[in-house]
Order: sequence, then C-alpha cells, then structure tokens
Amino acid sequence: MKQKSQSVMRFLTGSAVPILFITISVIAIPLSNYSGLYLAREIVTRLCRDSFLVLSLLIPVMAGMGINFGMTLGAMAGQIGLIFITDWGINGAFGLFMAALIGTPIAILLGYFGGIVLNRAKGREMITSMMLSYFVSGIYQFFMLYLCGNIIPIKSPKLLLSRGYGIRNAITLNVAGGFDKLIRIPIGKVYVPFGTILLIAAACIFIMWFRRTKLGQDMRAVGQDMGVADASGIKVEKTRIESIIISTMLACYGQIIYLQNIGTLNTYNGADQASLFAAASLLVGGATVSKATIPNAIIGTALFHLMFVVMPMAGKNLTGSAMLGEYFRMFISYGVVTIALVLHAWKRHKDKEMGRALLREISSENTGK
Amino acid sequence: MNRVKEGIRNFGWPRIIIGLFLLALFIAGPFFGVATDMSLNDVIVRFGMNSVLVLSMVPMIQSGCGLNFGIPVGLVAGLFGAVMSLEFRLTGTAGILVAFAIAIIVGAILGLAYGLLLNKVKGDEMIIATYVGYSIVFFMNLLWVALPFKNPSSVQGFKGQGLRVTISVQDYWFHQISDILAIKITNNFVIPIGMILFFALMSFLVWAFFKTKTGTAITAVGSNPDYARAAGINVDKMRVISVVLSTVLAAIGMIVYQQSFGFIQMFSAPLAFIFPSVAAILLGGASVNKASILNVVIGTLLFQGILTMTPSVINSAISIDVSEIIRIIVSNGMIVYALTRKAR
Repeated sequence: MKQKSQSVMRFLTGSAVPILFITISVIAIPLSNYSGLYLAREIVTRLCRDSFLVLSLLIPVMAGMGINFGMTLGAMAGQIGLIFITDWGINGAFGLFMAALIGTPIAILLGYFGGIVLNRAKGREMITSMMLSYFVSGIYQFFMLYLCGNIIPIKSPKLLLSRGYGIRNAITLNVAGGFDKLIRIPIGKVYVPFGTILLIAAACIFIMWFRRTKLGQDMRAVGQDMGVADASGIKVEKTRIESIIISTMLACYGQIIYLQNIGTLNTYNGADQASLFAAASLLVGGATVSKATIPNAIIGTALFHLMFVVMPMAGKNLTGSAMLGEYFRMFISYGVVTIALVLHAWKRHKDKEMGRALLREISSENTGK
Repeated sequence: MNRVKEGIRNFGWPRIIIGLFLLALFIAGPFFGVATDMSLNDVIVRFGMNSVLVLSMVPMIQSGCGLNFGIPVGLVAGLFGAVMSLEFRLTGTAGILVAFAIAIIVGAILGLAYGLLLNKVKGDEMIIATYVGYSIVFFMNLLWVALPFKNPSSVQGFKGQGLRVTISVQDYWFHQISDILAIKITNNFVIPIGMILFFALMSFLVWAFFKTKTGTAITAVGSNPDYARAAGINVDKMRVISVVLSTVLAAIGMIVYQQSFGFIQMFSAPLAFIFPSVAAILLGGASVNKASILNVVIGTLLFQGILTMTPSVINSAISIDVSEIIRIIVSNGMIVYALTRKAR
C-alpha cells in the first residue's frame, strides 16, 4: 500500500511540469481564438523545425552531465557551415549537406574543448556549460566580425558588411527549405515536410541504436556513478568528452535544419536562445536532469511550441496588451526550466536525506546490539 | 625567487594579465588623444556605480551558496523602490531615502523567498539562481505594464499605461549621493567622494557583520557545512540570512547606480548586470566559495577599467570596435575559469 502511494507520488512529481503546461495550454487555446487548422499547421512546422535540436540534448543527460547548455557551440558550428555554402552559392538539400560537412569538424573541435572544460567542473556542469556558451559566443563574434572577409575569404558582397569585412547580421539563406521541400505531402489541409521528418527519425534511430552500443552503455554507467564506472575500467573523462562531442555535432545539424526552415540567419544572436528553448522543450516533455527519453523530447517540443504560439494572442485578447502576452510567454519559458530544475534538485536532495536516515537507522541498530 | 612565484600564484595570473593590459591602455591612451583625466574620472564614477552591486556577491559566496547569478532578484527590488519613490513625487534626499527604504523591504521579502528556495536545491544553486533571475525579471515586466502607476514622468506618454523603458530621475534625486563632497580636480575629473564613502560604509557594514557571531557562523557554513552542523549551527538559517543580505545589497546597489546614471532602466535591463557583476568579483580574486571586500575593490576597478578604456583607446588606435567583444570574452571567460577551478 505504502509502495503504491509512493509510486503515485513519484508519477505526480515526475510529470508535474507537463501537467502544469497542459493546463496552461488548455486554458489559453480558447482565449487565443486560433483555428484548429492553424494550430495544427504551426505545430507540424515547429516540430520539424525544433525537434532535432532538442534531441541533441539527450546524450549528455544519459552521461549524467545534465542539460548541455553548451549545445549552442554546435549551433554556431552549423551557422558557420551555412555561411560558407551561401557564399559559394550551393543550393538545395545538397548545399545543406555541404554545410553539415563543414560544420562537423568545427563541432567536433568545439565539443572536445567543451568536454575538457566540463570535466574540470564536475558537479556544476550545467552552469559551466551555459557560461562556456557565452564565452565561445564572444570568440564566434570575433571570428564573424573581423576574420571573415579579412583572413577567411568571403566573396559574396551580399554577406559582407559595407566596410568590406565582417558578416552582416541578417542573411537570407538561398538554401531555405532545402530539406522541407524534398518530400512535401499534404495530409488533409496540412503540408507535412517528410524530408525533414526522415532526418529527425534518423536521429531518433541513431540515439536508440547508440544506447545499445558499448559506448552508450558506458555512458549510462558513468551517469549512474562515476566512481563505480571508473572502478569497472571505464575511462570516465573520455566517455564524458565523447558524449559532449556527439551532442555538439547533433546540435550543429539541428541548427542547420532549424535555419533552413526559418530561411534567414541571424548571425550574431541567432544561436543564443537555441539552448534555452531546447532545454525548456525537453523539460516540458517530462524529462529530468538525469533522465530524458525520445518521447520526452518530441512531446515536449510540441507542447512548448503550442504554448509559444498561443500565449501572445491569448494574453492580448485577455488583457488588451500585446506586451503582456509576450512577457508572459518569456516568463513561462524561463519559469518552466526553473520549476523543472528545482523539482529535480529537490527530489535528489530528499533521496539523499532518506538514504542518510536509513544509514543512521542501520548503524544505530548495530550499535544497539 | 620562490617568494615571487608564490606571490604571483596568490595574486593569480588572470589578474596580472588584465592589470598589465589596463596599465598599457592607460599609458597608450594619451598618444591616441584620449584624455587621461577623463578616463580616470570614468573609471572612478563607474567604480562608484557598480561597487555595491559587486559587494552584494560576497555574503552568498561566503555562505557557500555560490556566485549569485540570481542578482536580478535584488535588482528588481531596487527598481521597485525607485519607481515607488517617483510615484510619491519625492525629490532630493527624502526621495532617495524612501527609494532605499522600499527597496530594502521588498529586497528582504524577495530575498527570504529566494533563500528558502535555494535551501531546497543545495548543490545546484548557481544554475537555478540564473533561471530564477531571468524568471523574476520577466514576471516583474508583467507588473511594470499592469500596475497602475500614475506619475507622468514614469508612465508611457502615448498610452498612459505601463512604465517607460527608461525613466529619468533628473527632476527627482539625480546625483543625490554622487554630489556629496564631490571634489573637482580638473574640468573633466570630478571625484564623487559621496559614492566612494557610501561604498566604504556598505563595505564596513558587511565587514563588521562578518565579525559578529552570526557572520562567523555564515563563514563556517560556507567553508564546511558538516562541521558547522556538528558545531550546532543552523545551516539552513545561516544560508537564508546570507541570501537576504545579498539581495538587499543588490537592491541598494541598483539605486546607487540609478542616481549616478540619471535614469532608471526598466524591463529587461537587470539582466545586463548579471555576468558583469559576477565576473568583476572573480576578477578581483574571489573563488566560487571565498570572497572578501578586497576582491570587490580590485575586481570592480579592473573590470570597470577595462570597460572604460577599451572602447576609447582601442577604437582610436585601430579604429575598429572590438571593445564589446573583449568585454564578452573577458567577463564570461573569467566566470568559466573560476567554475573550472577546484574548490579550495
């Protein structure tokens, strides 16, 4: 009986965030006056646009490193790739593959660097990865503003600032829709870009396959307990670095998919919010800092973006002020991550305390004898 | 030789490099037509504006709550105090004192809630604090739009509803602290003795507090929570006290900043203070779990020095604006460096 109530409690604390979110959305949808068709279209677009980025967060969670806010590093690598292929004038899906090809080595390098830094900050990986992404963003901006067009050859005047070097802030991508337009089939009145969905499915299959490999199992062991993993002969630090490299690479491809859907590249602050929205999506889907699955990622993306579409309009209709809706949306995005992180940290804290209490009981029994 | 090495290690390479860089900028300045007295003036004024904010990091670091990435919790209290004071249309000393009083009360309440929350999440304080800071800023944005403020100088003119993005305090309590005992050395160089004295007073209060029984207990909690618990200290209570203190100091610091700057920056402005404040104290030699007043002074001077000198000197020297990028790399690099150091 006790066990049953405990498992109910566990389910409730585990899915408190999704339940909260569904409640907010259910209230907000009628307020927004959007039609079902419009919402369906928006959700499909946004699922295709964002899921890949969210999926890139899964592997570091498995390795016990929490949410990799440093996925922004990969997003930057993807953007570098896109800028080069735009300069070279390569179009269509082939251009996007080329962009991924250019982005990959950069992402591996950045991921390796990120992994080393995070190995030196065990126990506070999340905040370190976040600060790391801001730090690398500074270097990225230096690269884009001063090196591109100067040392790194960029020919297209459409890309360069009028002073002759440095990349413009907003770039129209001529590879826009490269994946989306590949296999586009209407289901009912909603156009579904199967090209992009195939890529997302490939990422899911890769992650599922990866979990079964030796490396995947090692990562799970490291995530459970670094000490035990080390004792059983797993190279803990190396495994952790590898998990960050994979995450950074996936984020690189994710950003390319995201941008081909959006169509314009925001050179300097386009990547900044990628990790916030991806982290929020994953946590909304019911993932925690130590356990995240593919359904968490997909459901979370759909739910989070449903809220994202609906909220400004609902806020406007409710209060008559568009600003309020916008601020409320931002508040909810950050608030969700806060609540999810707090719930998880609190739960872990409690588990630890219960473990300690149990230990105390055992030891007092022993001394009693 | 060994003593020199030891000294360098204690002072830390980042500080030496940044210090030398700053010195080079000051020496190079006059050759590129940058007036030294004006630069000095800017550095000192910015020191006065930001030092209390950096000081607000100290109590939380000392109690083991880590770097206060949730500084916006205090900053919004400061904003609230300031706009309320304007709402009562108070000017001069009365205006700024009322602003302080309201900011301190609101800061204490918010700080209490924030402290209780951080007690629930020991070990993950920093990442959660960051998100708490962001959340509260956007939550307050809702209030700034929705609350019925009336004073025409703070409300958006064309709609008559919601606060302006920047509110001028020119007619209310502009330079109320800065102008106390201000000494004019040259035309471009006025030392705002008032702000420096104010910072000295705040530092003294913090220093004195850490000499009291409660203060010592907080330090004990920060250096070794298990030992502190064994010694009969209420760990959770001490942590809450430190968080309240940090939040209140941040609220006060915000108003000091506003009275010197002349504007209250509303809405998302507090977010711009997080990383510079954290970076400044780390630059001053603090670590994630140890900080002193000296760290605050050195750190703020170095950080604000870089911020003032790089745009003026480097821009006139090579006529490209790398200052923003240097700021990003230095401040965030400093935080990453501190986070990756082994806790001592």
